[in-house]
Amino acid sequence: MRSLRAAWVVAGKDLRSELRTKETLNASLSFALVILLLFSFILDPDSQTVRAMTGGLLWLVFMFAGALILNRSFARELPNDCLEALIASPLSGAELFLGKCAANFVLLVLVEVICLPVFGIFYNVRWMRQPGLLFVVLLLGAWALTIIGTMFSALTVNLRLRELMLPTLIYPFLVPALMAAIQLTNVLIGGDTLEKDDYIWFRVLAGFDLIFTLLGMALAESVFVG
Amino acid sequence: MRYKLIWLLAVASAALLAVQIPIIFFKLPDELNQGMVYRIIYFHVPAALTAFTCFFVALICSIGFLTTGNARFDSVAAASTETGLAFATVNLITGSIWGRYAWGIWWTWDARLTSMLVCWLLYAGYLMLRRAVEEPTQRARLSAAVSIFAFADVVIVWKSIEWWRTQHPQPVLSLRGGGGMAEGMQAPIYWDFLAFVLLSAILILIRMRQENVRREIDSLRRFAHAL
Repeated sequence: MRSLRAAWVVAGKDLRSELRTKETLNASLSFALVILLLFSFILDPDSQTVRAMTGGLLWLVFMFAGALILNRSFARELPNDCLEALIASPLSGAELFLGKCAANFVLLVLVEVICLPVFGIFYNVRWMRQPGLLFVVLLLGAWALTIIGTMFSALTVNLRLRELMLPTLIYPFLVPALMAAIQLTNVLIGGDTLEKDDYIWFRVLAGFDLIFTLLGMALAESVFVG
Repeated sequence: MRYKLIWLLAVASAALLAVQIPIIFFKLPDELNQGMVYRIIYFHVPAALTAFTCFFVALICSIGFLTTGNARFDSVAAASTETGLAFATVNLITGSIWGRYAWGIWWTWDARLTSMLVCWLLYAGYLMLRRAVEEPTQRARLSAAVSIFAFADVVIVWKSIEWWRTQHPQPVLSLRGGGGMAEGMQAPIYWDFLAFVLLSAILILIRMRQENVRREIDSLRRFAHAL
């Protein structure tokens, strides 16, 4: 309970700082819009193909836009040695990690919730057919992106080539979660009922989240402090 | 002692290959449908098994480093990952050559091929990260975390292929419940695997030595700066 409260303090600090400046959120949303625009040049926005590829397109937007949020997560602590102060505070590595994850998760979900209707309007896709389950997939996928992204954001924060290293490292790691999220999003936005096979992808996504949350918490102390 | 061990392993590995290669190329018959080209399996499959053995060793050593802080574990993990990545590359290239003959294409986005490529990218990322971190202890700590993350991910990636339709041939070894290959034709795969493992042990020993020397040079350089 104490750990959760400590994590929430870190998350609250990050969210307050972000809501005051809105620098990452604005950049991430603008970038998402740019990608949505670029897709329209690659694919015919009215075609059936776009509808069949909805899941893939959406998750690519979330992943690329999300990387901007994740990149800033620890980088914003570098000026004035704030990161050293955080590490020296009575918080454990796992608490700090969970707090950072919670703040990133809220921001990523916000980007998803804003981008989804915009995508629906631009590409003439009806996405509200199964909103409950779709929202669960969005949350599980966002958590997968958050957990891997936050861990690697912490790993690469002190590197010279931070901006280059983060996307190179996180995208291959996210492949299983991405496959599952794309598959489920395609089915749910297409209005099809979930078959037995589709529930396997739910298990992959939930299992991925669980395994990497536990691993991240276990390794956080080593990554932050050593 | 180390050089004696390396020579011993080299002789054993070379002897195994010297016995197996004539069997593979001259004694075993051509496969009914594929003809001569099926022989690539004797290098393709052992290379994959050796790569995964190396990655597993890297995982154990990474856990070892994080629990004990002993830099030797880091040297073995780095050497083992590099060697594993070399064997994974052999696996991808031989598979691609076989695919060109059997399927008419160099590459297809089949689940198993994609999984191996993802695995290759994960460990290439590990090596990239090592090059980007300059402070040795920090490098060892961060790369140990990445190695543990990568192995956990590889397991999920490879498990997920069972749920994807695959055009890659199903396992042919009876150990994996395949059993599509005659017993006599399977044996060289295991012997080649052993030869490759011995070869990888040689490479790891040499690379480990280089890594240790590099660490010593780093600490001497820092000592000189401090003076």
